[in-house]
Amino acid sequence: MKTEADNVVTADVDERQQGLPESDAGRDTAMQVLTDTRRGRSQWAEVWRRLRRNWMAMFGLAIIIVIFFTAIFAEVIAPYDYRTQNLRRIADPPSREHLLGTDDLGRDILSRIIYGARVSLQVGFVAVSISLILGGTLGALAGYYGGRLDNVVMRFMDVLLAIPSILLAIAIVSAFGGGLVNVMVAVGIATIPVYARIVKASVISIKEQEYIEAARAIGATDLRIILKHILPNSMAPIIVQGTLGVAIAILSAAGLSFIGLGIEPPTPEWGAMLSSGRHLIRRAPHVATFPGVAIMITIFALNLLGDGLRDALDPRLKQ
Amino acid sequence: MNDLLLDIQDLRVTYTTEEGLVVAVDNLDLQLQRGETLGLVGETGAGKTTTALAVMQLVPDPPGKIEKGTIRFAGEDLLGKRHEEMRRVRGNRISMIFQDPMTSLNPVLTVGFQIEEAITLHQKLTQKQASRKAKDMLKLVGIQEARAGDYPHEFSGGMRQRVGIAMALSCNPELLIADEPTTALDVTIQAQVLELMRRLRDELGTSMILITHDLGVVAEVCDSVAIMYAGTVVETASTENLFSRPLHPYTRGLFGSIPSLDEEVKRLSPIRGIMPDPTELPPGCRFHPRCPSAAPICSQRSPVMIENEPGHRVNCMIYEGLVPEE
Repeated sequence: MKTEADNVVTADVDERQQGLPESDAGRDTAMQVLTDTRRGRSQWAEVWRRLRRNWMAMFGLAIIIVIFFTAIFAEVIAPYDYRTQNLRRIADPPSREHLLGTDDLGRDILSRIIYGARVSLQVGFVAVSISLILGGTLGALAGYYGGRLDNVVMRFMDVLLAIPSILLAIAIVSAFGGGLVNVMVAVGIATIPVYARIVKASVISIKEQEYIEAARAIGATDLRIILKHILPNSMAPIIVQGTLGVAIAILSAAGLSFIGLGIEPPTPEWGAMLSSGRHLIRRAPHVATFPGVAIMITIFALNLLGDGLRDALDPRLKQ
Repeated sequence: MNDLLLDIQDLRVTYTTEEGLVVAVDNLDLQLQRGETLGLVGETGAGKTTTALAVMQLVPDPPGKIEKGTIRFAGEDLLGKRHEEMRRVRGNRISMIFQDPMTSLNPVLTVGFQIEEAITLHQKLTQKQASRKAKDMLKLVGIQEARAGDYPHEFSGGMRQRVGIAMALSCNPELLIADEPTTALDVTIQAQVLELMRRLRDELGTSMILITHDLGVVAEVCDSVAIMYAGTVVETASTENLFSRPLHPYTRGLFGSIPSLDEEVKRLSPIRGIMPDPTELPPGCRFHPRCPSAAPICSQRSPVMIENEPGHRVNCMIYEGLVPEE
């Protein structure tokens, strides 16, 4: 009742300001416009509005979008094929033909970095998806049902957490071999406990809300309550952790490749490129530097976006 | 009128906490006739909400537990029902309105969706029919149907409670439990919401349990009243009887603490003392430490429910003839 009255009042004020005649039609349209822009604005629209005002987060988002498009259109953008070797130009410094120089096999570093974005983004997002889906499901079940299930699941997670995630990933990759898929799975599994804990914590806090009781009172099933009522409300910390998690996963994959356990050549992977430039670091530092910079920029952008999301999703900052 | 819709016998609900076992509801008997509105009155912590949750079987477990008793609804034993059977009762045949409309709606779902959900959970309707019905329910509670796509934070408290009512009534339940539906609202909105609930109850023929601590609300809306104290019902009667002839010392105390319009009173006469700690209930009659008529026997045995006159039952030893009235 109150809000409608408010609308009428603001609509009237608007009319006077714009000098519109006091006609019913004009009033109706004014009301329509006012209410339409204000109405149906979900929590996510609010979050986006707050995120947009944070220029650092938007800067990070812009970089990530650029990297995304680079990865998608690598064939179009890259000046050379990532496999083409030119043995007459080994470890050449940046020049007009090779903007970022060539590596120890005479391959164009810029092209390899562009194709490498594909691998890194894939590893980052797929690994996080794996750990988010598995860890999230376990965490949601543990948080919602509690009791013995919670105990069993979380103690298993504790065991996983006790092993450093990079060691766990190394163990998985050495057992099952390298390659893109195995690296993604290894990095994904290694970070499952992180997501299980976060999802469990937010499910527990949302579970106690009165609207969850209300959902039970209308006869909603447990599955429905978890999926439709609890998870959408506990997305905030999950999204933040997921964004930062992509950065961590990219780093882990690069780390694995660096020690020779990750993506196999000739697939261009930033970590592997860094590693192969290692022995040239004095004579041709650009070979190792540029892939490193690519990793750095990507991680930096993801962290900026993650921090921005954290602020935008924090209800305490809501006006 | 002798069509028993809800019959609670000897209900006991406890919560296990770190401080010890909290007996939230004990030895509780409550009856509700079909078509009747019952006011469940008591102080905070008297066990009103726990009683409501026990009927819905939503007592949080752990730490809560229904230890004994029977709850029969339309002749069916609710406590014996399986999980899935009970789910089909909730929201469909028994539904509930919550105290705080600011927190009882899901902030990330539109109100239209939330009403629709209550409908589609229990009725086989197409998406379109359900959405149509949700809009009809909104209209019924006095909200424009165009607002179905709005989120809860875009509504005022009174409007949200109307949405709550629309959700609760969307499957035309036989029993509506309203848990202090107007406590969180300001007085003018309270009156509107009460009026709406009364109108819809009459239109749809819903039986209702109205939980409140406001005797004024009871006088306005309810056919009969049950007064709760420390987890048990101490007096039940028709509203008229209870207001004209309160029997239990606690009920009398409640009326004594309301300012009278007829007489000039300098000070209100509150009931002395406070509600007992639910982990350490006094022996015998729970009210005896605060009772002006208490006698030695009151701390030794529990009173028995006595039907003092038809339909007016009281749980006090004065009416068992064991204790002289003050």
